[in-house]
Amino acid sequence: MAGFDFAKGHEIAAAVAGGAVSARTVVEDALSTIRSRDQALNAFTDVTADRALAKADAIDSDRAAGKPVGPLAGVPFAVKNLFDVQGLRTRAGSKINRERPPSQHDSPLIQKMEAAGAVLVGALNMGEYAYDFTGENVHDGASRNPHDVTRMSGGSSGGSGSAVGGGLVPLALGSDTNGSIRVPSSFCGIFGLKPTYGRLSRARSFPFVVSFDHLGPFARCTRDLALSYDAMQGFDPEDAGSANRAAEPSLPQLARGIDGLRIAVAGGYFRKGAFPEALQATLHVCKALGVSREIELPEAERARAAGYVITTTEGATLHLDRLRLRAQDFDPATRDRLIAGAMIPASLVMKAQKFRRWYREQVLTLFNDVDVILAPATPCTAPAIGQQTFRLDGVEMPVRPNIGIYTQPISFIGLPVVAVPVPLKPMPIGVQVIAAPWREDIALRVAQHLEDMGAVVAPRPPLS
Amino acid sequence: MFASLPMSDDIEDITDAWIKSSASMLGLSIDAAWLPSIRANVEVTFRLAKLVDEFPLPDEAEPAPVFGA
Repeated sequence: MAGFDFAKGHEIAAAVAGGAVSARTVVEDALSTIRSRDQALNAFTDVTADRALAKADAIDSDRAAGKPVGPLAGVPFAVKNLFDVQGLRTRAGSKINRERPPSQHDSPLIQKMEAAGAVLVGALNMGEYAYDFTGENVHDGASRNPHDVTRMSGGSSGGSGSAVGGGLVPLALGSDTNGSIRVPSSFCGIFGLKPTYGRLSRARSFPFVVSFDHLGPFARCTRDLALSYDAMQGFDPEDAGSANRAAEPSLPQLARGIDGLRIAVAGGYFRKGAFPEALQATLHVCKALGVSREIELPEAERARAAGYVITTTEGATLHLDRLRLRAQDFDPATRDRLIAGAMIPASLVMKAQKFRRWYREQVLTLFNDVDVILAPATPCTAPAIGQQTFRLDGVEMPVRPNIGIYTQPISFIGLPVVAVPVPLKPMPIGVQVIAAPWREDIALRVAQHLEDMGAVVAPRPPLS
Repeated sequence: MFASLPMSDDIEDITDAWIKSSASMLGLSIDAAWLPSIRANVEVTFRLAKLVDEFPLPDEAEPAPVFGA
């Protein structure tokens, strides 16, 4: 293999395991690509070069000694800078948190990725405290879209989208509270998996809204999502939200295709406000899958509203002391939303939590008749960095909170989703492949099928 | 801020009064320059909360998080 910047993770792992290339060569190549290309993308906050090279050498030694090297052997990956990385300060995109001492331990998901042979090469830029859909950050600068560096990467896992879409790493981890994996995946033209709520451990990651917080992978193909997701599964008593379920490997199911799956597209709310490109991308995926059935998620607009209320109030609760003592050190866009959230009566928040259970029951009923629901991931392709408003359904609306209108009603009830990239020109856009709780395997099968057909692909951006 | 309240310029005064009272009760110091943005966010959140609040749910409806002893 020559030039690993746009190689898939599983291709690298096969080459390393088979001795075609050393892990050190792959990691040196990744570090070199990051050094040159990140000047334009601003995806990384930290590069852990020494650690990465030491890990690569250990993999090469293990291979030479005939020891197993793992399914992700030598695959470089990076994590949103809200995962604890031993020796680094977990910023969570903030100025305030970088005054904390360096982390003593890696987060368990990093440990599991490295146990599978992957090599951590650094930490990634993000929106402050994950309250963001843009990828902009007043402290570190915006992470940039690899397909057009004047445009948003999407947030809040903007650096994750930028780094994977731009070929700096084949795999990254991020978090998704209301859409923060699916939005950057959509804008940067890559695959993202937001697993079922409770599936992957959030221990030793900085929280935002514990009711909604999920962690998950980004990649340039479905197989890499499945490989990393399988490596990270498992109950973790350190995370109060972790589900006590045995790992359910998705990789063995990946090639099963879509025979027997009942697939529908979300109508109603999920068409309202969509720009032509979002409708075009969703139609493209429907045609590829032969889907004509439309289904309505009942009260999706109210679900999005309830998600918004819980997010702003729970987020405000998390940051209340910092807002009292250091409000001037926040990004103003984050600060003013959190302060507002602190002022919302508990009676309205509890209503939202009651509505959440009602909505969950209604949507779960739909899964008696369908296995997969398709919906746009974002209402539009990536807006320009700094753009403040756009027109949704004929109404001028602020960009920042409204990019997630189609992702919020889904994560609100913890459903697993694979965001798949449709390579429209000039900018890609994603479609959500949504499954019932704990059926990540089904969403991944559909994504793999679409990829095998050539209907979805992570397009290579025009970067040097 | 809800349907029974005035929707004209009064709403801005009511919202500002709410923000100032809440900030005082919560021990939050607010710079005057932040007020328009905070007001906009408070108004949006109350508007969305109203959408949820007006949806009829039975008295027996359980909230999503259920405590387990």
